Amino acid sequence: MRDVAIIGVGMIPFGRRDEDSLMDMLAYASLKALDDAGLGDKGVNAVYVGNMGAGILQHQTSIASSLVDRLSLLPAAADVVENGPASGGSAVKNGLLAVASGYYDIVLVVGGEKMREVTGWRATDFVATMAHPQVEYPYGITLPGMGGMFTRLYMEKYGVTREHLLAVSLKNQEMGALNPYAHVEMTLDREGIFDSPHAVVNNPIAADPLHLYDLCPVSDGAAALVLCPLEMAKKMAKLPVLIAGFGQATDTHTLQEREDPTELKAVTLAARQAFEMAKLKPADIDVAELHDAFTILEIANSEHVGFFKKGEGGKAALTGKTRFGGQIPINVSGGLKARGHPVGATGVAQIVDIVWQLRHELPKNRQVKNARHGLTVNFGGFGNNVTAFVLKRVEP
Amino acid sequence: MPVDMELEAVLRPTQYPMVPYPPKFITLANGKKMVIRQAVREDVPAILKSVHPCLFIERDYYDIVSARLYGELLAWYRYRVKSEYCLMGQVDGYLVGVVNGRLENEKVGMSYHTLAIDRGLRIGSHLFAAKMEYHLDYLGQEEVLIVAESPIGFRRWMIEYPLEKTTIPHELGGGDSYRLTRAIYLAAKPRLVVGDRPVPQDLLDEAEKEIKFADDDTIRERIAGLKGR
Repeated sequence: MRDVAIIGVGMIPFGRRDEDSLMDMLAYASLKALDDAGLGDKGVNAVYVGNMGAGILQHQTSIASSLVDRLSLLPAAADVVENGPASGGSAVKNGLLAVASGYYDIVLVVGGEKMREVTGWRATDFVATMAHPQVEYPYGITLPGMGGMFTRLYMEKYGVTREHLLAVSLKNQEMGALNPYAHVEMTLDREGIFDSPHAVVNNPIAADPLHLYDLCPVSDGAAALVLCPLEMAKKMAKLPVLIAGFGQATDTHTLQEREDPTELKAVTLAARQAFEMAKLKPADIDVAELHDAFTILEIANSEHVGFFKKGEGGKAALTGKTRFGGQIPINVSGGLKARGHPVGATGVAQIVDIVWQLRHELPKNRQVKNARHGLTVNFGGFGNNVTAFVLKRVEP
Repeated sequence: MPVDMELEAVLRPTQYPMVPYPPKFITLANGKKMVIRQAVREDVPAILKSVHPCLFIERDYYDIVSARLYGELLAWYRYRVKSEYCLMGQVDGYLVGVVNGRLENEKVGMSYHTLAIDRGLRIGSHLFAAKMEYHLDYLGQEEVLIVAESPIGFRRWMIEYPLEKTTIPHELGGGDSYRLTRAIYLAAKPRLVVGDRPVPQDLLDEAEKEIKFADDDTIRERIAGLKGR
């Protein structure tokens, strides 16, 4: 197996992009990544597109081959990777394995989703199609509903409080306000969403005990990256970032079948695999992008990947350990919470943000000093399919 | 424009007496304080300057809502509508939203429009709630007839309150009216109607000193910018 590096990344601002089709967004992000890679006359061998819902939301299928044609990358191989909200992470995995195996040299991976084309109700329903078709979906469960139940259990078992959730929400919005790619570039105020009696309207319950600002927005967006063998990458213009570790695991489809629904086994396993492959430990990570579709997930993920002991993640958020400048900065991009969550794009976008961190390319107010190792966790379903990547700066 | 007051007396509708809406303030999600207060007729030209750029925004039915609101406010300014009122939201003096309506009769209110000029802070929700508060708590009406012209409005009013469907035609045309009764209002009030009184004097002074409005491009960006806030 060859070592694989990321040599180019690109992203378009997430948000509501009425003016752009899904294919436009995929193309814009791809072109940015290809430009960043500076491939010159080197051709792209294959394209993997992470996308969950074009068939449902846009009534369009085979989008990878369409994108290859749009980008004039013919006859590059083209595949769509659909794996729920972990579609982006899975697409990167496919690209990684294709290059590592020696079959392809240069692979473009792009993740994208256009969710604002439909109403919020339909977008929520679309995401809920990942729930079990017999025992979950028909009873009206949605992902925020699962998040609410998970949060309640987590509160009872580990003492997580609304103060802990609030700390995550305020932190990620604060960082998102600094990120020009973020969907919600707005800081939140503790009084306005928590302390004041006016918060009952500003921040209503969405899925008890989760409130509006505990949830990520429904977004349009796309992100892309270019992979090649590390040895080839060293000859390219940009500083390569090594995919040092990768892991993926699945858990039961339904939450009810889990012995302990607060136990995110797939996160633990995926992260462990990624750390083992990278020969690194959680303490070696300088910056992380963890899947915070709900504030509770950042807390739970931070524990399950090994940054904190169970029950300590909420306290860590509250005491600033996960802030920019803290012990382990988490979601410096603003995370899904502020950057947004176009489901197929998220896993790729997390990696793009970490690549910028490891290349030391971000402005001072978001650049983690001397960042050398980064971790991403992309969480599909309700933790039933999780990808994790450990990325490593390759010193020039 | 010359005005023939003898003829005006015929053209101008008689007005129901209306107690003033007492101003209140609300802390928004971003910590800013929004003052909600009643506009007077002389405020209309300034308000219209903020409404005007919204006429050309197709997103989320801003064009139709703004065009109608513009006409309604102008009709009020020119004394061509019976018992209309307008409430406005201001942050740091800047106009961030407008709502209006009128009294159909002493018992029934007719809700007109809600326009949020800054988005993502539930300004529309707060202003609509203030409008209902005015009809039910201050004007002492029994019900308000409401229609929505956008899916967002439908979600915010018809579903969140939730309003009662009727077959009564609404003055704005379109679909049948939905009705906010006193019972529905009182049930919804704890979770949808907020605000503190009195407004601190410095906040009120700033709001009353001048109705500030952002430039056209800023307004368009806030409402329909690429980022979709």
